[in-house]
Amino acid sequence: MVEMIGAKALIHALEKEGVDIVFGLPGGANLPIYDALVDANFRHILVRHEQSASHMADGYARIKRKAGVCFATSGPGATNLITGIATAHADSSPMIAVTGQVPLAMIGKDAFQETDIIGVANPCTKYAFQPRSAHEIPETVKKAFYIAESGRPGPVLIDIPKDVQQSSADMNFPELIKVRGYSPVVDADLSQLGKSVEILLNAERPIIMGGGGVILSGAFSELQAVAEILMAPVVTTFKGKGSFPENHPLAMGPIGMHGHAEANKMILEADCILAVGARFSDRSVGRYDEFGRGMSIIHMDVDPAEIGKNKSVDVAVIGDVKSSLRTLLKMLSKVIVKKDQDNPWLRRRKELIDHYAETLKDYPRDLTARKALKKLREILPANSIATTEVGQCQMWASLHFDVISPGTFFSSTGLGTMGFGFPASIGAKAARPVVPVVDIAGDGSFNMTENSLAVSVLDNLPVIVFLMNNYMLGMVAQWQRTFYNRRYSGVHQRNCPDYVKIAQAYGAQGIKAQSLSELEKAIRSALNMEVATVIDIIIDPEEDVYPFVIPGTGLKDMVTG
Amino acid sequence: MVTTTLPSTPTAPTPTTTLNEKIGGWHILSALLENKPGVLFRVTNLFRARNFNIESITVGSTEQPDLSRMTITLNSDERTLDQLAKQLRKLIDVVEVKVLDTDKTVYRELALIKMNAGDPTTRMEITNFASIFRANILDIGKETITVELTGTPDKIEAFKNLVDHFGITQLARTGVSALPRGAEL
Repeated sequence: MVEMIGAKALIHALEKEGVDIVFGLPGGANLPIYDALVDANFRHILVRHEQSASHMADGYARIKRKAGVCFATSGPGATNLITGIATAHADSSPMIAVTGQVPLAMIGKDAFQETDIIGVANPCTKYAFQPRSAHEIPETVKKAFYIAESGRPGPVLIDIPKDVQQSSADMNFPELIKVRGYSPVVDADLSQLGKSVEILLNAERPIIMGGGGVILSGAFSELQAVAEILMAPVVTTFKGKGSFPENHPLAMGPIGMHGHAEANKMILEADCILAVGARFSDRSVGRYDEFGRGMSIIHMDVDPAEIGKNKSVDVAVIGDVKSSLRTLLKMLSKVIVKKDQDNPWLRRRKELIDHYAETLKDYPRDLTARKALKKLREILPANSIATTEVGQCQMWASLHFDVISPGTFFSSTGLGTMGFGFPASIGAKAARPVVPVVDIAGDGSFNMTENSLAVSVLDNLPVIVFLMNNYMLGMVAQWQRTFYNRRYSGVHQRNCPDYVKIAQAYGAQGIKAQSLSELEKAIRSALNMEVATVIDIIIDPEEDVYPFVIPGTGLKDMVTG
Repeated sequence: MVTTTLPSTPTAPTPTTTLNEKIGGWHILSALLENKPGVLFRVTNLFRARNFNIESITVGSTEQPDLSRMTITLNSDERTLDQLAKQLRKLIDVVEVKVLDTDKTVYRELALIKMNAGDPTTRMEITNFASIFRANILDIGKETITVELTGTPDKIEAFKNLVDHFGITQLARTGVSALPRGAEL
């Protein structure tokens, strides 16, 4: 037992959890926390908007695979965090968000900068705490990290009234914690794995669908080993992009609304799907009622509530997918030596890839999004990290930027949050400073959090903003072209702002690229710079993203151009 | 936009009929919750957010002071029931969720029914019905009678239909409370 004030206990508890960086912004209701922060042994990054703090914590978490931490004050500070918290929740990213709250006696009085943030956060957090006396803080922090990082990860909010931060108590910092109503499943049921082996062995056309769960549990080598022993082609969901090296001879890339054509085609021809850490989202599978008909589906997931939520399955393997895949591999290697590489199913894979390589044409310009991204991939080291913004840039990244080193590609896939990519890239850079980090961006999204350039420059977290600029809210414009007879409404950015000058104004490097050769020079220059670089890549506003599975239709109805 | 023609698919997947998931039924769920502020909000917010249609909810204290028991009844197909139970279990403040087998469960609901009973014949008739249904008369005024009735939702429904023509002026039902029969926990 040590006596200290609540704010100090919070900082000490965070130190004990091994926190090395916190992203945040102070205000009236978290002043005691910021005072205690002066003596903390971890780094604090001052953001320019709280939304960026939660995205940075998220980007950090996705690389480290442990909770990222962000701070904000009460009221608007807390509500600004929410977009990033909801983003982390939709993508199962571990996060601890600590908000200040008005003093206990003021709660419920509509005090200045008071929000019922527990109520606001409830649907988009894994849990939300509000310690009501200082001595609860150490245990609350311990529980928050346990809940955020275990099972299916997610964000946890700790809302601390100002007087609770300030008051003194005897603190007991627990080493271990139990939460009565919470017991995440770890090891999978062996009988379910046995059934899975049986189905996989009898399948003529097995396919593996790697989801975000593979990345969350770091099951890369396990997934690859299972694919190789089964000689099964591997598609991924968009969230699972980078769960499997996309230059591997079994890789087929992401399926879905803007998935790879060959992947969308191939999965419909399979007779058995091994879905690993995927939730059969509408963006991935098109129509729930059509998808998977006549196939056996094996579903591995850590979250029991995902089983049967969107899709009824034949076998459900509940547990951490890394451990499930490891056990499955052991069972498979007892019965298979190695499958034949030359079989009709794998020949079909090659046939589809060749077919679409030939038929899918690039947009007829010298500098297109596709060429730009292929150039980026060619120059970037394989271990670089890429994040994306949301919209056309994101879907182009999915289609044309191959992830070679697993777990190095991150996007707001569930919530689709514009403004995610740039702050997330800064968080990723903080987590792994030695590798280049690129935000694959569009102008519309970058606008939303571009003030994070200040953080990138001042806190020495240099990233590359690969800005495919059509001065257009491009994805919306594409839908208006396709579904609304080209009646454009609210999509033109009208050549504003000048992104080179924006970069320079913050002390970053800004380079305009209007041709492929200028782009190549710009990428090389950015890689050699010790400061953030914005590459303003001018592309045509009419370049669309194809293939396209129109909402409400199935993968079979994919339109290719 | 053009859809590309493709080399033919080797085998067309055959559509199979899945289990009839639309078959409805009446279900009772029993859940143990942490007895602390905010828990009821979390549970009801889940119903709203995930579009679950609930028939009744009751919450009250249990033999353990730090736990409350929630009884939920709903009409749904098996798949919705399964999802509801799973989503409830996922809530951190929910300690246990059981789908009760209605044949092996005792369950009761309480209803207070206020009816028009201005003339003596009506009052006699209502009093008779009440004794047949083992209901208690809680209040008799010049114009109304209020009856307390405990039973299964069916029984309450039957009584309601019986007295409907007198004119029910107010009705309050508690929703179902349930426990498994025998030694089962």
